[in-house]
Amino acid sequence: MALKEAFLAGGLATILGSGACWAAPSPSLQTILLASTTSVENSGLLAHILPIFTKESGITVHVLAQGTGQALATAAHGDADLVLVHDPEAEKKFIAAGDGLAARQIAWNDFIIVGPRSDPARIKGGHDAIAALKVIAAARAPFVSRGDKSGTDALEHRLWKVAAIDPAKAGGGSWYRDIGGGMGAALNAAQAMGAYTLSDRGTWLSFGNKGDLAVLVEGDPRLLNRYDVILLDPKKHPEAKQTPARRFADWLLSPEGQDAIGAYRVKGEQLFHPSAATPR
Amino acid sequence: MTPDLADLAAGSFTPIFAMAAFWQIVALSLGVSFAAVALASPAGMLLGAALAVCRFPGRHGLVVLANAFLGLPPVVVGLALYLLLSRSGPLGIAGLLFTPAAMVLAQIILALPIVTALVHRVVERVWEQYGGPLLVDGASRLRAMPHLLAIEPRPIATAILAGFGRTISEVGAILIVGGNIAGYTRTMTTAIVLETSKGDLSLALGLGLILIGISIAVSSGFFALGGWERGQSWH
Repeated sequence: MALKEAFLAGGLATILGSGACWAAPSPSLQTILLASTTSVENSGLLAHILPIFTKESGITVHVLAQGTGQALATAAHGDADLVLVHDPEAEKKFIAAGDGLAARQIAWNDFIIVGPRSDPARIKGGHDAIAALKVIAAARAPFVSRGDKSGTDALEHRLWKVAAIDPAKAGGGSWYRDIGGGMGAALNAAQAMGAYTLSDRGTWLSFGNKGDLAVLVEGDPRLLNRYDVILLDPKKHPEAKQTPARRFADWLLSPEGQDAIGAYRVKGEQLFHPSAATPR
Repeated sequence: MTPDLADLAAGSFTPIFAMAAFWQIVALSLGVSFAAVALASPAGMLLGAALAVCRFPGRHGLVVLANAFLGLPPVVVGLALYLLLSRSGPLGIAGLLFTPAAMVLAQIILALPIVTALVHRVVERVWEQYGGPLLVDGASRLRAMPHLLAIEPRPIATAILAGFGRTISEVGAILIVGGNIAGYTRTMTTAIVLETSKGDLSLALGLGLILIGISIAVSSGFFALGGWERGQSWH
């Protein structure tokens, strides 16, 4: 039966062939899985610094870029070896639940409010995020929310709380648009709708579809963005590859790691500041 | 580590290095889809033929199920598999989550009902035509199955290609169980999602066009191998 043989041979060949495809980078003891916030991956920071670490240590770091909330959940399920996230409150809960050891800050930058150049709510040039949100809500100007429990989403909700506004109640379904997506998706949506949104600076600077969007509010101390690395607690997560994960975390905080982070630039602009240069 | 696809466009890596990353993504896309289809096809052909030829209780229900699962949502398959394969899930010990193997598993689940339902339809018709004589000849129903499958190879090939079309174009399931890890589980479709989210729409579209080109190449290659493209009427 020529047909049957052909299928059989084809099937075998593809199984073997595709097996070979990933036999080379198969996970070994020297491969760790980092669950990270999307900004450090999408901005190109990790693609810049990881080869330096791998060359030095022989450890390959696989990056699972998720929002902070999802990254912490993935690690809590035992599916990652360490996390790199940016939501101090969610991190505290993660550590309190016994999932993680101490959070260590490796880098910082800031959040910004971006929006259309026409700026219908007239918030341009402000340095007060709360005042800006109040004006946007009063003007009922379109605002895109991540709505994905990421670090940026968590900060946005804290800012609304300080402003004493419940945006979902005030403008859900009309001017307040919860898109349930990542930072890039939110920027794409804001660009298309002429809406305001809160963004981390790293994603913004490396984002390729800015269109009519511009930075309108920056420089509020409340908009400080800290990136922390957290190792999993071996008591609760004995399956995590503790030794190579610790080596990577230590490297991020070492002078070499900090230099690598500070040296990363997109179009001449520095995206992440090493934590040694924290403004506190 | 693999250089970022954006660097491919920006040309900030040497072309050979960036092209290596690109080809690795193409190879993984094809490898995962081929493996899933290679494993799902024999099972689907067997199942589809058995449902057409054999008579057993629950047969009708299985036919309805296979047809209903033609529209199985990939994200639901991905989520269910995620929960099963997670370290805190029942199959967590295997450590398969966020590996290419998990992606193949997800795509087998998506391709199997397609091959089964389409093969069932073909064999059902063939059985109506040739079933009587075959049984008179003394062949058992099970023995008859390979002959029935071989009578009309072209619609069977179409069934397999439909399964391949589903797997190569799918993103929902493999994004959840693969994790879109650069250099390890990043495929054409997950790379398109990533580049879109980075706002690099032209690169995303370019990747999309390449993906469509690859799909066309695979289909034509498949038919050329079978010598089925000679303008005969389609069944």
